[in-house]
Amino acid sequence: MADAYIYDHVRTPRGRGKSSGSLHAVTPIELTAQMLSNLRDRNELDTSYLDDVVLGCVSPVGEQGANVARVGVLAAGYAENVPGKQLNRFCASGLEAVNTVASQVMAGQSDLGIGGGVECMSRVPMGSDSGAMAADPKVAYETYFAPQGIGADLIASKWGFSRDDVDGYAAESQRRAAQAWDNGYFDRSVIPVKDQLGITLLDRDEHMRPGTTKEDLGNLNPAFVMHGEQAGFDAVALLRYPEVERINHVHTGGNSSGIVDGAAGVLIGNKQIGEALGLTPRARIKGFASIGSEPTIMLTGPTPSAEKVLKRCGMDASDIDLFELNEAFASVVLLFMHNLGIDHDKINVNGGAIAMGHPLGATGAMILGTVLDELERRDQSTALVNLCVGAGMGTATIIERV
Amino acid sequence: MKTIDFAVDADGIALLTIDVKDRSMNVLTPDLMKDLGSAIDKVVADDNVKGAVITSAKDSFVAGADLMSMVNAYEDGRSAEDKYRDARSFQSLLRKMETCGKPFAAAINGTALGGGLEICLACHYRVAADNPKSVLGLPEVKVGLLPGGGGTQRLPRLIGQQNALQLMTQGTHLPPAKALEQGFVDAVVAPDECIAAAQRWILEKGDAEQPWDKKGFKVPGGAGLMHPGSIQTLMVGTALIARETSHNYPAPIAIMSCVYEGCVLPIDAGLDIESKYFTSLLLDPVARNMMRTLFINKGAADKLVRRPKGVDKTAVKKLGILGAGMMGAGVAYVSARAKMEVVLLDRDRDAAEKGKDYSRALLQKQIDRGRSTTEKAEAILSRIKTTDDYADLEGCDLVIEAVFEDLGIKADVTAKTEAVIPEQSIFASNTSTLPITGLAKSSKRPEQFIGIHFFSPVDKMPLVEIILGEQTGERATAVALDYVQQIRKTPIVVNDSRGFYTSRVFGTYTNEGMTMVGEGVNPALIENVAKQAGMAVGPLAVMDEVTLELGYHVAKATKKALGDDYVPNTAAPVMTRFVEELDRRGKRFGKGFYDYPEGGKKHLWPGLAEVFPHAAEQPSPEEVRKRLLYVQALDTVRCLDEGVITHPADGDIGSILGWGFPPYTGGTLSLIETVGLAEFVAECDRMAKVYGERFAVPDSLRERAKSGLGFYAEYDQPTRSAA
Repeated sequence: MADAYIYDHVRTPRGRGKSSGSLHAVTPIELTAQMLSNLRDRNELDTSYLDDVVLGCVSPVGEQGANVARVGVLAAGYAENVPGKQLNRFCASGLEAVNTVASQVMAGQSDLGIGGGVECMSRVPMGSDSGAMAADPKVAYETYFAPQGIGADLIASKWGFSRDDVDGYAAESQRRAAQAWDNGYFDRSVIPVKDQLGITLLDRDEHMRPGTTKEDLGNLNPAFVMHGEQAGFDAVALLRYPEVERINHVHTGGNSSGIVDGAAGVLIGNKQIGEALGLTPRARIKGFASIGSEPTIMLTGPTPSAEKVLKRCGMDASDIDLFELNEAFASVVLLFMHNLGIDHDKINVNGGAIAMGHPLGATGAMILGTVLDELERRDQSTALVNLCVGAGMGTATIIERV
Repeated sequence: MKTIDFAVDADGIALLTIDVKDRSMNVLTPDLMKDLGSAIDKVVADDNVKGAVITSAKDSFVAGADLMSMVNAYEDGRSAEDKYRDARSFQSLLRKMETCGKPFAAAINGTALGGGLEICLACHYRVAADNPKSVLGLPEVKVGLLPGGGGTQRLPRLIGQQNALQLMTQGTHLPPAKALEQGFVDAVVAPDECIAAAQRWILEKGDAEQPWDKKGFKVPGGAGLMHPGSIQTLMVGTALIARETSHNYPAPIAIMSCVYEGCVLPIDAGLDIESKYFTSLLLDPVARNMMRTLFINKGAADKLVRRPKGVDKTAVKKLGILGAGMMGAGVAYVSARAKMEVVLLDRDRDAAEKGKDYSRALLQKQIDRGRSTTEKAEAILSRIKTTDDYADLEGCDLVIEAVFEDLGIKADVTAKTEAVIPEQSIFASNTSTLPITGLAKSSKRPEQFIGIHFFSPVDKMPLVEIILGEQTGERATAVALDYVQQIRKTPIVVNDSRGFYTSRVFGTYTNEGMTMVGEGVNPALIENVAKQAGMAVGPLAVMDEVTLELGYHVAKATKKALGDDYVPNTAAPVMTRFVEELDRRGKRFGKGFYDYPEGGKKHLWPGLAEVFPHAAEQPSPEEVRKRLLYVQALDTVRCLDEGVITHPADGDIGSILGWGFPPYTGGTLSLIETVGLAEFVAECDRMAKVYGERFAVPDSLRERAKSGLGFYAEYDQPTRSAA
């Protein structure tokens, strides 16, 4: 089996996911095209060598619909022989795209590809593709569907994470993200997004609120009380988890991931193509795994997906230098740390989606890149990248520097 | 045609007048369906007929389907496919009517429910009489079914998914004016103009094409998952149904699915989907259970099926009540409302007046909400005379004592009362714990002594448990039952036993909950599973309400009364610990299994986990559910064996209406039939080994399981009832 190497990665800064966001005027295809162009130009890449471009996108409708990957390839002016494919594993789509390209390479059916993702949440709001999961009565009823926020609050209730715990985690995410930006840890990989005149629209994540304290966060109203109490979803969740007396609604806009616009791409290939094109491998993709987990609580996938990929690679959690778990909600990360016995110093060391935002389809590729940069900065070796996934799934990938 | 009068007027408009002869209300019998088919054929065939008006010869229009024919559908042995074809045939009939090319108008002279309203929805025009007694609705969900005559397809196409779902999943009835507002009636007119208005519409407009058969039709407010408003309705609607049903009732979600799946299709395909869901509900025991217990058998109980035949009908004109506490006050209220003259007696006038204040407060609330008037309230209050003088009981047909649960006090008031009331009067005790035969010993006329056990709060609780002492005579039984009918409650008749039927069996539920606490089962699991199983309140919350102290004292008193026969109560150690050691005596004392923070929601006492540490291995929710429900079912079987109840219907009705046993089960005995006799026995055998003798299977049940004959097999079903 061939090894799959990461040769490079880029990401856009994350714009606030509303009409006041700096990327709101940028279409998903334009954002994708700038990301792809940048990845090409900085590597002086002859794109005709690319066997595939796979991009995650969670709401693939409207201007994100009809295969944003192939249309993005065309818009970026890549060689027309480069195909594109859009996939959806909800919040892990960006990482799944990386894993998919890596599998093609490992299987010997591809030499070089790009895996990544895009989501313009200010333009194509979350849920725009509707779907049966939440709203086909039979499906939603029989699977005990509850929105993710209820799952996050249920995790906090079941495992006893208090409002103070989740706010404390969130404040630290803000502190770490600000520090990383201030020290230039993201500079190598974040590309500015420009308008058609070449004027920079955004070159820094704009969702962050540096200086936020736990006390500030404590003043925010819980976000899912109405879903839980008026719309009936607490009761639905308790039908699956009757051992929990009641759901304690601890999550707010401040300790949950931010809604943002963004795109990311990772250049992956086998050894020979790197040599032929003069590219230097930065890391090897050691293994990856996806799992399904109980869908009502929805967000407990990271532990089993991590365990599965560790086992597949013959490793223990203690063999991992850095963990990167998407900060969908604070409780998700707290539970993962609790289950695997991970010290806070080893996980999400430069902050995460609570501070910087979670552009659904792109995040997986973004955090993979972030942790690779950090491994290099620290001169450490291995990292485990992980996301909780809608409908009860988890996707995890282990990378190792070469 | 036996059930439809068919006439054609000079304008060429046919008038179809429905009159199902042997029924007080029109119901959709097979004859009526057949006749409706013939009438439609006649309208179509006769070139002189321009259109037709459908109305009824009775006060009501058509009150719905014939439930008797449906309750048997569950186990009549016919295939799902046959049942589906039956359902399709009624739909096809209505579909033929609305696509025949001639206009049909419904002149809805009175109440139109279920299939009755579905006939109207398939008409091209609906005019309703402004009849104050008239209601319109699709209440099928209340018997575990769905509107299977096109209701789930036509109503949302007329008024939009959201309003239609609201009406159909709640089974709400609306008066004609509200139906007009919602848009499923086109006009409301004076009753004597109803038919003429329908005829006029045919002459003047007469559009014989339904909106959903017109090109470009769209469901008002949208449908399907490509429409944002529709998504919201379906998503939240589904969650609310899950919350309300805890997945115990299949009908509401089936209605949602019919609407969701059908509204994005042409109506014929939607109707087909409706028939399939309808058939699946007909094959589900929940519909059988609800129809059998809550409509057919409850209907028979309301008609006093257990009343001794040889006694002439009686009516209480003057009622005496001893003791103006909570129960006495409630009994006074419901009796005065039922036009009885009430004498409310307590040891002094102030105490009696306090009891009357209960009626005053309830009536004031109704006036404030616009549900009553000062005049009506005054009339009711004027019928309650408060007193401390036994002489005022003179002339009472029935006296009910509701004094303190103490043999001595009860004997004293019995003697004082019997000294003044007429010789033929009946004396009743509202005791909930003391055996009637024992109380009757202090009566001069034990054959006229009976138990009438009310539930609290009396004005809300629908059941009354009539308890026969050893010597209670037929006339006493008849008078008590006639009285219950006067106050419009549902009676069951039981024989004397400690706790009678309802209190005794309900006690097994709280007992099982507390026993589990003692075993280290997570109390949140106990409480949530109890509620999710359909019990109104968790067993620990109930104990807090009635107070642990009371349970503790009852257990002590029972032990004293039974002596060597006393079987130690498995919950006693928990109650004792809570009362004696922890001083957590119940809600009234501010703490029990729960904490009651001021201004906050109650929550389970965190200290519980220290006193009764959680066992390392917790039972599955399913196991907790079985323990809580099966223990009640088993004790009901024992009550049947011991003759405490004499008919399974009393057991089933009493459990649902008396202590809130979940209706989807059909009651404690129907639950066993629903689980399956053999499976239930096998499970109880297993549980008896693990949890003890209270799960031991009575021989009678084991025999029944062997024979395969359910509890109702040896009894005649009561005759017809409609909904």
